[in-house]
Amino acid sequence: MSAATTAPSPSSPSASGKGDPNRLGHGTVPISEQGPAPKRIVVAYGFWIFLLSDFIMFAGFFAAYAVLVGATAGGPTGTDVFELPLVAAETVLLLLSSFACGLAGIAAVQRSTRWFQVAMAATALLGAAFLACELYEFTHLIGEGAGPGRSAFLSAFFALVGCHGVHVTLGLVWLTTMMAQVWAKGFRDDILRRIACFSLFWHALDIIWVALFTVVYLMGAGGA
Amino acid sequence: MSRLQSVETGQISPIFGKLRWDSIPFSEPLPLVAAGLVGAVVLATLGWAWKRGYMPYLWKEWITSVDHKKIGIMYCAMAAVMLLRGFSDALLMRSQQAIAYNSPGYLPPEHYDQIFSAHGTIMIFFVAMPFMIGLMNFVLPLQLGIRDVAFPTLNSVSFWLTAAGALLVNVSLVVGEFAKTGWVVYPPLSELRFSPGVGVDYYLWALQISGVGTLLSGVNLVTTILKMRAPGMGYTRMPMFCWTSLATNLLIVAAFPILTATLAMLTLDRYLGFHFFTNEAGGNQMMFVNLIWAWGHPEVYILILPAFGIFSEVVSTFSGKPLFGYRSMILATMVICLLSFMVWLHHFFTMGAGADVNGFFGITTMIIAVPTGVKVFNWLFTMYGGRIRFTTPMLWSIGFMVTFVIGGMTGVLLAVPPADFVLHNSVFLVAHFHNVIIGGVLFGAFAGTTYWWPKAFGFTLDETWGKRAFWFWITGFYLAFMPLYVLGLMGMTRRLQHYDVPGWQPWLIAAGGGALLILCGIACQIRMIWVSIRNREHLVDASGDPWDGRTLEWITSSPPPAFNFAALPHVEGEEAYWDIKSSARDRRQLSDLPDYDHFEMPRNSPTGIVTAFFATAMGFALVWHIWWLVILGFLGAWATFVVFAWRDEAEYQVTAEEAEAIDRDRREAKARLLDIPMERPA
Repeated sequence: MSAATTAPSPSSPSASGKGDPNRLGHGTVPISEQGPAPKRIVVAYGFWIFLLSDFIMFAGFFAAYAVLVGATAGGPTGTDVFELPLVAAETVLLLLSSFACGLAGIAAVQRSTRWFQVAMAATALLGAAFLACELYEFTHLIGEGAGPGRSAFLSAFFALVGCHGVHVTLGLVWLTTMMAQVWAKGFRDDILRRIACFSLFWHALDIIWVALFTVVYLMGAGGA
Repeated sequence: MSRLQSVETGQISPIFGKLRWDSIPFSEPLPLVAAGLVGAVVLATLGWAWKRGYMPYLWKEWITSVDHKKIGIMYCAMAAVMLLRGFSDALLMRSQQAIAYNSPGYLPPEHYDQIFSAHGTIMIFFVAMPFMIGLMNFVLPLQLGIRDVAFPTLNSVSFWLTAAGALLVNVSLVVGEFAKTGWVVYPPLSELRFSPGVGVDYYLWALQISGVGTLLSGVNLVTTILKMRAPGMGYTRMPMFCWTSLATNLLIVAAFPILTATLAMLTLDRYLGFHFFTNEAGGNQMMFVNLIWAWGHPEVYILILPAFGIFSEVVSTFSGKPLFGYRSMILATMVICLLSFMVWLHHFFTMGAGADVNGFFGITTMIIAVPTGVKVFNWLFTMYGGRIRFTTPMLWSIGFMVTFVIGGMTGVLLAVPPADFVLHNSVFLVAHFHNVIIGGVLFGAFAGTTYWWPKAFGFTLDETWGKRAFWFWITGFYLAFMPLYVLGLMGMTRRLQHYDVPGWQPWLIAAGGGALLILCGIACQIRMIWVSIRNREHLVDASGDPWDGRTLEWITSSPPPAFNFAALPHVEGEEAYWDIKSSARDRRQLSDLPDYDHFEMPRNSPTGIVTAFFATAMGFALVWHIWWLVILGFLGAWATFVVFAWRDEAEYQVTAEEAEAIDRDRREAKARLLDIPMERPA
């Protein structure tokens, strides 16, 4: 009983781990019985779970869009309002931003503060340029009388694309905070974990954008 | 009415938004008196704590604590307080309906509408949810044999955000109004055109804020269960409560974002003139109903699954037997988890989706009864042949089994679409879901509270008052809700402020009597806690194992040290503690002394309460369109996180010597419990 405790902790499981640093073969103790995972794993795993929940929230907006796409109430349809060249530019900006974010991740692994800051700044600028395009599109549409109040279709469009835009905006706030933090505190363990989470977040926004680009713009502009 | 007009016609001030002096309902004494009473009690408690010098203790040991046990206890305490609020709403409704035959009763319609909306909202989001999340928080790390949850500070943030939501709902009692739309705010009634007041806005922001807390808590607990079990605790060695909690938290992660999206759409409709659910411009009300129940049906399993876990632990412990059919129980749990997403349409068979769609969802709904039935039989077979001790938690469990089966059967009846066309929106439905939520979730919460109370506070609860509470509750429940089944079959619809059918009144008076019996039950529970605290010396749990338990929470002392386990236990079977205990009994000696090692524990942090402070301000500002305060609240919350992220010392160290010293007392207590000679340290 109580005693509890006992047992030598198998947290040094991989006697066999020499040629298998990630313990893919799991050694003799099944991975589910090896005790609490290291913090890096726990944090990244938890953040993945959060991202999944975020995807489900987007799924709600996607579903609403799919339901309301035909509800134009006599107003413009997707073919009328979508400008594919602009959206193509947005897509390029966002994907390049993710590429820069990947470089920042490598710089963090290399503990290179300078290249980390450069890459993060590039990520931020490209992200901000993306947002600027989106803002232009929104104001342009509203100016033409095709704002979210015009029809249920446009409500769903503005909400779905806008929700992604809000995520990018919050991502930029997070990004600049991380730059300041690395500048002030350096590559501490907890900061490295946060950088990893940020990078997951930024790439996840790309995945959403690819779905959004396809479902909203490509399928919408193709003429319904 | 005059208030509404003033809101509609009055301008929005840049400083106060829509908030005006006459937003406070001076003409309606009831909410003001109630709020004044609550305010007085809160102030008196704070004043008392201040005077006795308890404030630093409260701040250091509770408010800023990131210890999962304390956060769990605070969740349950909040749920208990909110239960009183939600139950007083219930008393108001029962008494109104008991007297409102051919009479306006004493509650005007707008007030009555707010009461039933607040009752539902509070009972689901601020009683049932926090009670279950609180118990999971408290118990999971102990049962998993670990020192804390995956993200302790985030856990504190989750709790305080939930509390912020509860606070906003209560503020609506005094400043403005609450929704008059029912607890799932169906549009178009909840759209600005038909609900121009701030009631729906209070609902939306209170739920969004507490919903963020719930979601984060779900992420936290899923990660904890999947990534942080004690060495040796494979998936099929986890206690049943951990399994049902895993299913619940997976459902939270998968379902709550749908609620977030749905409420965001309604918010956009109300604030920015969008047309998701309006009557005009192509809005689609049935999409709201679909979306809200795509969250809402998993939600009822989010509530009931932890209760199933509690009953599994209680029945096994007090029958003195391992849980019957452990693996079939896991399977049943996960099947329910999956099926819960495939039945949402049964909430609106009358939508007119056609016979095929209704038939599909009717059948999936009935199929859920199969895994649930598996569970009921497993509990019965666990009891069969056991040496049953009829303690209070066991009484709640048996009461649950009887009551829940009745509620489940009326549920299967409602799952038959033609029957549902007759019973939809009647008080038969009200009787059904109270039957499963009171008989399932609430009885589970009470069973769990009595069962784990000694672990939390180091003394057991008084059995006499506990049993009295149980008998009042269960008889009160049957008296209050069986008449509603009858009334539903007689054609009475729900949410009636008055009626003119003479045949209904006797049944409604009986139901009111049932509510009074439940009131006696609650009084007994308060008395039970009072008496137990007074007799705590007598009721003390010195061994840490008052019920002859089988799972790891009983291996540590009561209450456990902040770090739960001086050395993580090593698990070798399905009943980790029972195995260790039996082997110690057989060998007549405790297990070998572990190698104590130093380890880190998270430091306390005010991040949670400060974030919640800003979130409350932001929510209130959003309700009243006070935009500068919205911005301030957001910046404040962001600054709080930055300060948190900037700190250099996040953990403190517990040395091997400290751990060993604390563990020595525990080992001595266990030796006394098992009547084994204690080895003297060399």
